[in-house]
Amino acid sequence: MKRRTSIIAALATTSTLLLSGLVGTSSSSATASAPLAPYDAKKAGGTVTLVAAAAAGTLDPKVNYTAEYWQLYQATYDGLLTFSYGSGATTFNVVPDLAEALPTVSNGGKTLTFKLRKGIKFSDGKPVTVADVKASFERIFKVSSPTAGSFYNGIVGADACLKTPATCKLDKGVVVDAATNSVVINIVAPDDAILSKLAVPHAVINPASAPSKDAGSTIIPTTGAYMYKSYDSNKSLVMVRNPYFKEWNHNAQPQGYPDQIIYKFGITPTAQVTAVENNQANWGFDPIPADRLNEIGTKFASQVHINPLTAMWYLPMNVNLAPFNNVKARQAVNYAIDRGAMVKIFGGTQLAAPVCSFLPPNFPGHVDYCGYTKGATPAKPAKAWASPDLELAKKLVKESGTAGQAVGIVVSDDDVNKQMGVYLQSVLNSIGYKATVKPISGNIQFTYIQNSKNKVQISVTQWYQDYPAASDFLDVLLGCASFTPNSDSSINMAGYCNKALDAKMAKAKALGATDAVAANKLWGQIDQEVMADAPVAVAFTPKQLDFISSGTKNYLFSLQYKMFVSQMIVK
Amino acid sequence: MSLKQNSEAIFSGSPGKIALRSLRKDKRARISLAVLGVIVFLSLTAPLYSHFVAHTNPFQSSLDAEIMINGVSTPVLEASTTGLGLGVTPIGPTWNPSHYFIGADSQGRDVLARLFYGGRSTLFIGISAGLLCLLLSLLIGIVAGYFRGWVDAILSRVLDIIWAFPVYLLAISLSVVLLTSGLSFGFIHIGPGSFALPIFIIGVVYVPYIARPIRGQVLALRESDFVRAAVGSGAKNSTIIFREILPNIIPSLMVFIPIIVALAMLTESALSFLSIGVQPPAASWGTIINDGLELLYTRPMVGVAPGILIALTAASLNLYGDAVRDALDPKSRTRGN
Repeated sequence: MKRRTSIIAALATTSTLLLSGLVGTSSSSATASAPLAPYDAKKAGGTVTLVAAAAAGTLDPKVNYTAEYWQLYQATYDGLLTFSYGSGATTFNVVPDLAEALPTVSNGGKTLTFKLRKGIKFSDGKPVTVADVKASFERIFKVSSPTAGSFYNGIVGADACLKTPATCKLDKGVVVDAATNSVVINIVAPDDAILSKLAVPHAVINPASAPSKDAGSTIIPTTGAYMYKSYDSNKSLVMVRNPYFKEWNHNAQPQGYPDQIIYKFGITPTAQVTAVENNQANWGFDPIPADRLNEIGTKFASQVHINPLTAMWYLPMNVNLAPFNNVKARQAVNYAIDRGAMVKIFGGTQLAAPVCSFLPPNFPGHVDYCGYTKGATPAKPAKAWASPDLELAKKLVKESGTAGQAVGIVVSDDDVNKQMGVYLQSVLNSIGYKATVKPISGNIQFTYIQNSKNKVQISVTQWYQDYPAASDFLDVLLGCASFTPNSDSSINMAGYCNKALDAKMAKAKALGATDAVAANKLWGQIDQEVMADAPVAVAFTPKQLDFISSGTKNYLFSLQYKMFVSQMIVK
Repeated sequence: MSLKQNSEAIFSGSPGKIALRSLRKDKRARISLAVLGVIVFLSLTAPLYSHFVAHTNPFQSSLDAEIMINGVSTPVLEASTTGLGLGVTPIGPTWNPSHYFIGADSQGRDVLARLFYGGRSTLFIGISAGLLCLLLSLLIGIVAGYFRGWVDAILSRVLDIIWAFPVYLLAISLSVVLLTSGLSFGFIHIGPGSFALPIFIIGVVYVPYIARPIRGQVLALRESDFVRAAVGSGAKNSTIIFREILPNIIPSLMVFIPIIVALAMLTESALSFLSIGVQPPAASWGTIINDGLELLYTRPMVGVAPGILIALTAASLNLYGDAVRDALDPKSRTRGN
């Protein structure tokens, strides 16, 4: 997903094993893998104030696809499953939430049987029933959730729901029994990422009476520790304690500490930093402006937390448009970009690390390799990126016969992205192209670059994992099925479709259901084969920097949803 | 010299010579012209400064560049080594003209070299847009005022429509629309990155502000005795316009020139600041202020320096415009202003 968005993954136990190396490096908080500490009622109370430049649109958990609100949903909404509270790799664990336990898997991995917990109520006082569960899955399709066609299309009956969302019925896909409180989910084929897919906010349980269209700013009753009191996207979002909440699984939905959480909008990033410095806010959502980094790193070091992200900044190149319909032109870009320079623009080596591989470091399937550094080739890769090779890049451009062609670079109009665009323009000009930068509003850039109608040749964008599995990067971003011509929802921005690699990806996905290690080895090979074709140039993997006020305690970071807002102690 | 002798000395000769003499004596005119002269000179010599003095390409990113300061190799973009080591800061002013005299921007480019190049863009666009605006205004004002009737009605309504939009709103809207696809007039195509685009947009949005007063002046001149005499003697319209009307409008145009150039320059800077004017890697003072916005806390010079140059240039043009107005206005001279 985009920074304001996220997608899904691998079996929980496997991911924990594989991601044990993915621990935070925050300056002051312990980030080793650990479960959540017991709740301390004495520390409860107070108001947490969060600030952001803008709201993130609809509050509907089945429609919103932004990191900004997904971070809040973990304290308000619940699915049958969820990602665990805690710290480090623990937070990638899928744990039972509204379900009593992880599902019983049968029928060759195609049937998952859950038992819904009893006694849980929505924030309007009504009990959560299996009818709500079934309605919630149908609602994914009725509201045209952005992941309906990618995460949940494997549910039996989903095909028809995708065709006619308004009349969606999943009578065979989600079978419920009110007498036994059981929920059976049938999928058409084994899916190694199904548990993760059921743990993300798009699969949360809403009341059956929830609107069958995007609820927008209308508040849908919650099941979690908090409920929404008011929402004005131009002003603020207020969360208060859910009076009907009683903790049922400490790792899934723990009791929160603050009595109230207020999210204020319309605060510029630099004003956010000042507000946190002055204890007027506890935390700011937006990235810290470049000229404030040194200040907070020196004067407020104890309030800074840096954690690794399974994410990447990359440059999709349209393989169906000149000059990047030529593999040598694409490889030239990969050789030419100075990933170290791009890291500098992002804020330095403390906040990002150069990479060449498609799968981020410490991610399932990741292999340390770089085919596009000086002295290396895709066939004989080095272990890591060292420096650009401009001479080879110029040679490749010449050989490709594309020298002198015009190239438009589409970037988002925020400071960092614009600087990346200007840098890339300088690089492309230096290897023989006539490049122009087109900064467009961050609100539309992500969808604009997806639509092949806009004829975007190259762009700068980011991908933050939705769930910890290789398929969330390789299959989602470069699979043939992810390319939909003339659509704003065509996440395969390069328009890359390699049937042979697609078949390999399908094989890896199937293999993952039975042998995760072998599957990840195969994903690693696919990564290298994809990058030999160079439909994208991967630049670096970023880290998350959280700056909290001096009065905020108990900072906990989730690799899945970032900081746990409900666990902040301000009393 | 007696008052009478002084007046004779001032008012002797043609009106143009009188105005020129008056301008020469005006301190405001001399100071503003000197400031403008220096700014124009520095802007024109931008390539020479970059190549022979600063030895830099101000349009090329230099994120990994290093320079020698007092025998020590110093990175142009320096990573923080204090505290948590967060952030990368461009080098500040070295006060050495041979490299980064007033520092670098986020791309590691020499800000002074970009300022000089920025001056070329800003002044070129400002002057060109100002002249285009005057030309269009003159054409519309004379045609509407001289021919009157339905011609005047149509042209005046067109001006009213343009006038109905706030200048900056119209300029921003046009820029946003034309920036992606450019502008085509038949076989003439202006590309999205071309300077001709802001020149055209700025030139057009200010037309009503100049064309209306010109039209009014022409309407008055049309009723004057000498024009009636020319009409009565059977002179052609073109002869009347070029020999009787135009010479009487030129003094007003002379006053408008510095003012409209200053306005055009400010508008260009505003559009470029909003990233919808001059496009990277080209520089204008507006784009450099935009670059400096993200460095306000650490390297304020990047944003402040172009701001100072814009203010100086606009103030000089306005002062010079005042002096020209006074020089061309006999009433102000007799008032002793």
